[in-house]
Parts: sequence; structure tokens; C-alpha cells
Amino acid sequence: MTTLNNINAAQLEEQLELWEKEEVSTFLSKQPEREEEFFTLGGFPVKRSYTALDTKDIPIEDIGLPGQYPFTRGPYPTMYRSRYWTMRQIAGFGTGEDTNKRFKYLISQGQTGLSTDFDMPTLMGYDSDNEMSDGEVGREGVAVDTLADMEALFDGIDLEKISVSMTINPTAWILLAMYVALAKRKGYDLNKLSGTIQADILKEYMAQKEYIYPIAPSVRIVRDCITYCADHMKRYNPINISGYHTSEAGSSPLHEIAFTMANAVTYVEEVTKTGMDVDKFAPRLAFFFVCQADFFEEIAKFRAARRVWAKIMKNQFGAKKPESMRLRFHCQTAAASLTKPQYKVNIIRTTVQALAAVLGGAQSLHTNGMDEAFAIPTEEAMKIALRTQQVIADETNVANVIDPMGGSYFLENLTSEYEKKIFEILDEVKQNGGTVKLIEEGWFQKHIADFAYETALRKQSGQKPVIGVNKYVEEDEKVDIETHPYDPTTADRQIARLQNVRATRDNQKLNALLEQLVEVAKDETQNIMPITIELVEAGATMGDIVEKLRTLWGTYRENPVF
Amino acid sequence: MSSPIRVLLAKVGLDGHDRGVKVVARTLRDAGMDVIYTGLHRTPLEVVNAAIQEDVDVLGISLLSGAHMTICPKIMDLLKEKDAADTIVVVGGVVPDEDVAFLKEIGVKELLLQDTPPAKIVETLTRLVEERGPR
Amino acid sequence: MPTPSAELFSRLKTGDLRAASRLMSRAESHDPATIATLGEIYKSAGRAHIVGLTGVPGSGKSTLVSRLVSEIRKNGRKVGVIAIDPSSPFSGGSILGDRIRMTNLVLDEGVYIRSMATRGSTGGLAKSALTAVDILDTAGFDVIIIETVGVGQDEVEIARASHTTMVVSAPGLGDDVQAIKAGILEIADIHVVSKCDRPDSNRTITDLKTMLAMGINISIKDQSNKPVWQVPVVGTSSETGEGIDKLLATMDKHREAHLTSELGEERLKRIAEYRTFKTAEDLLRNKFFDSTSERISALVEKISKRELDPFTASDELLGNIAF
Repeated sequence: MTTLNNINAAQLEEQLELWEKEEVSTFLSKQPEREEEFFTLGGFPVKRSYTALDTKDIPIEDIGLPGQYPFTRGPYPTMYRSRYWTMRQIAGFGTGEDTNKRFKYLISQGQTGLSTDFDMPTLMGYDSDNEMSDGEVGREGVAVDTLADMEALFDGIDLEKISVSMTINPTAWILLAMYVALAKRKGYDLNKLSGTIQADILKEYMAQKEYIYPIAPSVRIVRDCITYCADHMKRYNPINISGYHTSEAGSSPLHEIAFTMANAVTYVEEVTKTGMDVDKFAPRLAFFFVCQADFFEEIAKFRAARRVWAKIMKNQFGAKKPESMRLRFHCQTAAASLTKPQYKVNIIRTTVQALAAVLGGAQSLHTNGMDEAFAIPTEEAMKIALRTQQVIADETNVANVIDPMGGSYFLENLTSEYEKKIFEILDEVKQNGGTVKLIEEGWFQKHIADFAYETALRKQSGQKPVIGVNKYVEEDEKVDIETHPYDPTTADRQIARLQNVRATRDNQKLNALLEQLVEVAKDETQNIMPITIELVEAGATMGDIVEKLRTLWGTYRENPVF
Repeated sequence: MSSPIRVLLAKVGLDGHDRGVKVVARTLRDAGMDVIYTGLHRTPLEVVNAAIQEDVDVLGISLLSGAHMTICPKIMDLLKEKDAADTIVVVGGVVPDEDVAFLKEIGVKELLLQDTPPAKIVETLTRLVEERGPR
Repeated sequence: MPTPSAELFSRLKTGDLRAASRLMSRAESHDPATIATLGEIYKSAGRAHIVGLTGVPGSGKSTLVSRLVSEIRKNGRKVGVIAIDPSSPFSGGSILGDRIRMTNLVLDEGVYIRSMATRGSTGGLAKSALTAVDILDTAGFDVIIIETVGVGQDEVEIARASHTTMVVSAPGLGDDVQAIKAGILEIADIHVVSKCDRPDSNRTITDLKTMLAMGINISIKDQSNKPVWQVPVVGTSSETGEGIDKLLATMDKHREAHLTSELGEERLKRIAEYRTFKTAEDLLRNKFFDSTSERISALVEKISKRELDPFTASDELLGNIAF
């Protein structure tokens, strides 16, 4: 940082004091500041102005350079100067065919990577004709029961040429198996496939609540995905360790990162227990964060996350390869910040958040649609969201300098503050028995629920302004919006294909494979991926696989914390 | 001292979003009500059974999955079938404007959707129970 | 028009659970017709085995109850659970969380769960809870479990107002056995140590046994000094299911031992006294508040300025109550 020696530090301190006494107080007497104290959204106090004094204690090696440990300034040395972040708008609804059309539309509009959203039954492991799936087939995402659905989903798309992200958690390993089976059928080289499954099950117990089995077997499944990909799919990210959902469930930005890191540490520990060398799998661990509304806080947060991860990988896990220590993340602008009233204003919110994500060095970005508070997005909403990213990339020049916020007194100070607090929380987690124990005790969930409650109260009182909701409210607003309609024929179409698969497969072979699945599942030293791939190739449905394992592992029931 | 208002807060179906329902639970407790939470992933039958055993004044259904058009009619029918049609039913979460009329037609008393201030929820439930009178 | 309580009572006797549920909500009613009906219900009850179960927060009692209920259901007996949780001391409201631990039982017709809040010491908790027990008893339930958090006087007493009182402790919640800390060691007919899949549970069991050996209640003797009941310590694990069948067998044995003994009769008398006392206390409290709260506000200013003292003021207020 700007190195201050004792003499000019003292000078600067004097200057600061004088400024407060003279210029500032003169102004304050005429016009007081809007608040007594100012805070970031995450509750960090911020000063009137920052100077070199606020960064003098930051070790210069903590800041470093892009692409170099501790990667505060970015995971790559050339970042967007070589390649923009991937513009990756999520898509998913109806059947595989329906989403396939939306994929192709988005690619034609300039999207550079695919991201798939699945319907609730698929996310939770129920076949489309299960009683629990009633009313939900293809509604919030695409319905996938069998390999045949995956074929329809990616029809006409060259998986070797475009990366595919799948937002799927408890059933992630099944979707990965289907993806692999599809690739094999098409003759793709598994090592050329680029993409990701979210697969971060620990955050489900904390925040998103998509889970099936108890914690231990679920973590084992994630471990198996990581080791399988390390051995067979060199370019694939087998997990997106996520903070987005924790934030959306109500947490502060600090907790978003800290809790994500706690989960990440647990996964690394689990995989290294198998004997796999950390440098073999760590390079492909990826992250997923939100970009919330406090512009500078979010940028500092991302920089701190990178620095924290690098230090953890180096100091705690002894990683040697730089690729193992550099944090890469997908980012999504904050859905929870978007409103129903005056919904077009959401475009503006999303733009500012997207800008912060770019200045924060995201590798991949989804910008929300203006209709976020209504339904899953229309083509029009996604197009505008995509253009938002394209304007930032092509018209503003912000992508031409790497980490332009580096060196800002304010940003460096806040980055270091975040780093410090994140490590404090990680210590606390360790002292109190580790991530899994604290999930069972509801520790993380309590923090999340508390901040969510405080936020609700602040919104109610107006302390947290939300335009259209508690400020500049238009009482007689006529909301006129075209939302994405749910096709009522979806369930029938989907179930028809499902039944066809069931009728045309070799059920005897299937049942034998399902028995094998249980044997593999019982043996914790075995990897569950190969048998699952065989199963989906044999026409197993998601429900077949999930239910079979449920007989072995049971169902998770949470103890909710308020 | 009058008995506190009893409320059952329900998450039905596969929707796992519980941020809102938890904020509401705390709000209602802080307003002096007795709140029973069903937990996630419940079926309409489980929810109605619980509502009856607990003889709640209000059944609040939280839905953000869009499945309200299937789930709400099921619940309303079950309540009628089991002689609990006097339960005040309100719905929270995400419901498109065009579906509101239908829900009210089948007997949902109020919709308290996203961004409804906590105080308004308390006020609404209190008013609805008062209007209903003694049971 | 609300259905008359007497009509609900007729339906209750046929096992109508909708009637049961509505009657429970009327336990605090001041309506004379309802009170009369509640009296009738009391008189028609008395068949069920009433079990009080208490333990400090974290003792795992809700999960234990859930397991116990499943076990009882195995031979077809119907079970009711009155789950009592603390109200917020600030708002008087509550979030009642026991039901959620019993989600697997919600669709079983032979299981009935009712959640209640303590509402501080000014509510008629004992009256409501024990009236609810009568109602389920009359509706034909065989076993009725009253589950409380054993941290307040009221909650402890209610757990005692049962035929069989069980106290649950869990390993690892602190160095001492919580039952001692909470002062509820002596009230147990059966001590349960939950979470026995944990390695430190043996220590808890041993500690309890030692404490009991040093204490007074290791064996309850009858008039002729014959031991009728030896207080056991039963280890259970809700996770593995271990010990649950043993717990039920012990519970049933206790019922047997008491049903015909003198001690059993003594106990029923004690419960009767407690219930009557609490009901009268509640009546008194309500009458007092009804006729006094306005009058107190008139005096409060003087009392706060020390122009009038609380002793004199109370005398005045009490002197004017009509009974």
C-alpha cells in the first residue's frame, strides 16, 4: 500500500484533524449529514472519507497483482482483457424441448454459456408423475426424469463447444451422470466438456432447503462427484460452492462469504480424507456469489473472498499449485432486492449490481430479469438483462483495466476488514465443533433468520429505502406486465415421455443395477458415479434412483430456527 | 385476559423458500400470537389435519412456487370436508395478480404477498379474527 | 353461531376429534354452560394412562416423544400429546415447535397432537392442559402424554399431575445432570437418558443412578413399607431406536404397579387437589383482574410517589371483591 513513514503519517493525521475542525465543521453547521453514522448494508461502519492512513497497515503482498497469490485482484493476470466474463443467463421451463428453444434463442442473442434451471420435482428427486410433483412439473424450471429428457434439452447443441451449468443440488450427481451418458452417446471427449453442477448440499441445509437425505451421505455424494470429475473430466467444475442462497435467505454479505468458506473447507476436508491430493481436485472447485445492492461493499467482499480462499488453501491445506488457490466465481445479481411495484426500476438495480460484479472480477454472470418478482423470466426480460452485460462489456471500457478499484483507500480498507471478520467467523465455527455440527444445531440458520428479520423491520420502518415499496410509492400504479405463461400441457407431455421410457427399458436389468447401487452406497469407499451412469443409460428415472437410496439413507427433517 | 390468536403457518409442496414464513412467525409471536409452524414439504392433508387438531384461528399458507392454483383448492376442499371451513385462510408469498380473484372465490380471505410490511400482517389477522367473532 | 358445548360433548363421547379440538379451545371460557360441560367431561374421563414428560431444552424430549408414540401405536393404542412450550416473556406470544418433530405421525388417525404455550404465570396453563387431557381421555385415547420444558414451576407441576412422570436428560449438556440443576430429580418415576448413541451417555446414566442412590426416592414404599416402585434410569436413542421398547415397557409396568395400589390412590388424590387448587386460583385471579385493574390504575400514581403503600392499597382492593 502507499507506504507512509512515521513522519508523513503524522502529517496526514494532522491534516485530517484540521480538516474535521475547519472545512467539515463549517459545512456541518450549515448542512448536517443525512445520518448520524453511515453503514454498509452488511453493517460495517464507513467513514466520511478514507486516506492513506486507512491502508497503512495492510501488507502490500496482501494486495498483490492479478493472477498472483493471494489473488485479491483477480484469478487471472489478464482477466477481461483476454476474455470477458461468461454471460450466462439461466433458463429452464417446461420440457427439454421447450428449454432447448430458449437456449438457442439466448445463444443467438450473444449469450456465451448455458445455465439450466430445473423444476421443483427434478430438484427434489421426484418423478413427474409422483403425487408430490402435482402442479409443479416444468413450472419453475425444466423437467428432467430420464436421459431421454437430457437428449431433448441439449438437442443441436455442441457440448464440446459451449459450457453448461446445471443449477441442481441433492440430485446433482444424477444429472451429472445423465450429462456424461449423453456425452458418451454423442462421442464427446469427457475431458473437453466444460461446465458445472452446483451440487453444494451443505448450503441447502443452511439456506435453500433443497435436500433429500441426511447430511453425511449427502456430503459423500458431493465428494464422489468431485473425485470422479478430477479423474475423468479435466475441464469440469464438479461444484459451485454457493453464497447466493445464503444471502437470498436473508444473511448479511459477511455471513454469505464466511458460511460459504466454512462449507468449502468441509468439502476439501472430505475429499482429502480419501487420499486424493489437494492439488488434483482443488483447481476445479468453483464458487457462486450474489451481487447485492451496496456497490462498494460487494466489490470489497469479492476481493476479500479471493484473498481468504487463497490463504486457506495455502496455509490450511498446503496447496502448491496456484490454480488450487485462486477463487473463481459465478455471480448473480440479487433477486431479493427486486420489486413488484414499478418493476422496470429493476433494470436499473440489476445494472448497478452487474457493474459491481464486473468491478469485483466475476468469471461468469447472470443478470436478473425485470420480471423477477412475478414469474420466471420472459425472453424480453432476459434479452434486456443480457444487453445490460453487453453494454458494460462493450461500451463502458471498465473491462480494460484489471481491478480498477485496487488501491482505493476505501476499498482496500474494507477488503481487509472483511477478510479479518471472515477468518474470525471461521475460527468460531472451528472452535464450536465444525460446520456439520453447527448446521445440526441451527447456528448458521439462526444468524440468517436474525438478519432477515432485522431487514424486514428496517424495510417496514423505511430505514432501508426500497423505491416503489416504501419510498416514491405510486399508490394507483397499474401494473401492466406480460409474464411467462405456464403451459398447462407440460405435465402431460412430460409424463408421456416418462412412461414411454419405463415401458421400453429392460426392467430386469434395471432392478439388478438398483441393487448394485445400494451395495455401492453402503460402501463409503466406493464412488457412486459409475453405477449411476449405468443406471441412467439403462433408462432409470430420477425417482427410481432417489427412492432406492431413500430406503437406505432415510429422509432429512430439519429443526427450524427462527 | 383473552386467549392469544392461534395461527398455523404452512409450507406446502416442494417449495423450500422459508425466509418469509420465518419472519412472519417471529412477527406474529412478537405481537402476542401463538404460532405453530408445519415445517417444509408438507402435503395439503397433513396441513389440514394439523389445523384441525390445533383448532387454529388462522391458517397461513406460504407459497412461492407458483403451485397455489393446485394446492389452495385442495386445502379449501379438505377443510370443508373435515368440518373446519370456519378456519380463516390467508396466503402469502408469490401469487400473480390474475390468480387473486380465483383464490378469493374459493375462500381465501386475504393475500399477504411479498413486501407486505409485518405490521400489516398482524393488523390483518387481528381484524379477520375479530370480524369472525367467537367460535 | 358457535356450536353449544353440550352438543360438542355428545359428539366427543363418540370419538369425534373435531369436537375434541374445539372443546380444547374453550378450556379458558367464562361461559357457565361451557364450564358446566367441562365439568361433565372431567367426570366422564379417567380411563387413560396420563404420562408427564419433562426435560430441559436440548434434552431431546420431543424427538423421544415422537419415537415413544410410534412404539405405543404398534399394538394399536391411541395416543394424545399435549406439547407445552414457553411463551415469550415480552410479548406473550410463542412459536410452538414440538409438532414439527412429529411429522411422521400427522396422518395417523390414532395420534392427536395439541400444542400449547405457557403464557407466563398469569395464564391458566394447568387448567387448559389438564382439561385437554380430560377431553382426549373422553374421546377414547389410551395414553396421553403431557410434554413440558422443565424449567418453570408451572411446567414441572403439570408434569407431576400425571400417573407416570418421566424426566429426560441428555449427555453432554453440561457437567452435572440437568435434572439436578433444574431441581426436578425427585419428581421422576422414571428417569430417561436420551441420545444414548453418544459415547458420553454412560457417564450420565451412572451419575443419575448415583444421585438417586444418595437421595430419598429410590424406592417408593407403601404403608406397610413394602417397595412398590424402584425409580429406574432408562437409556434411549431416538436416532437408533434403542431403548424405546424398554421405556414403554417400564412405563406400562409403572401404570400396573400404581393402578391397584394405595399409592396410586394417593396420587390420584394429590392430582385432584392440585387441579382444584389451580382451577380455583385461576378463577380467583380472573375475578381479581376483572374487578380491579381499573382501580389499580387510579392508585398507581400515588403508590409510585410513595404517598400510598402497596400493602394498604392491596387490602383496599381485596376488601372490595365480590365472590
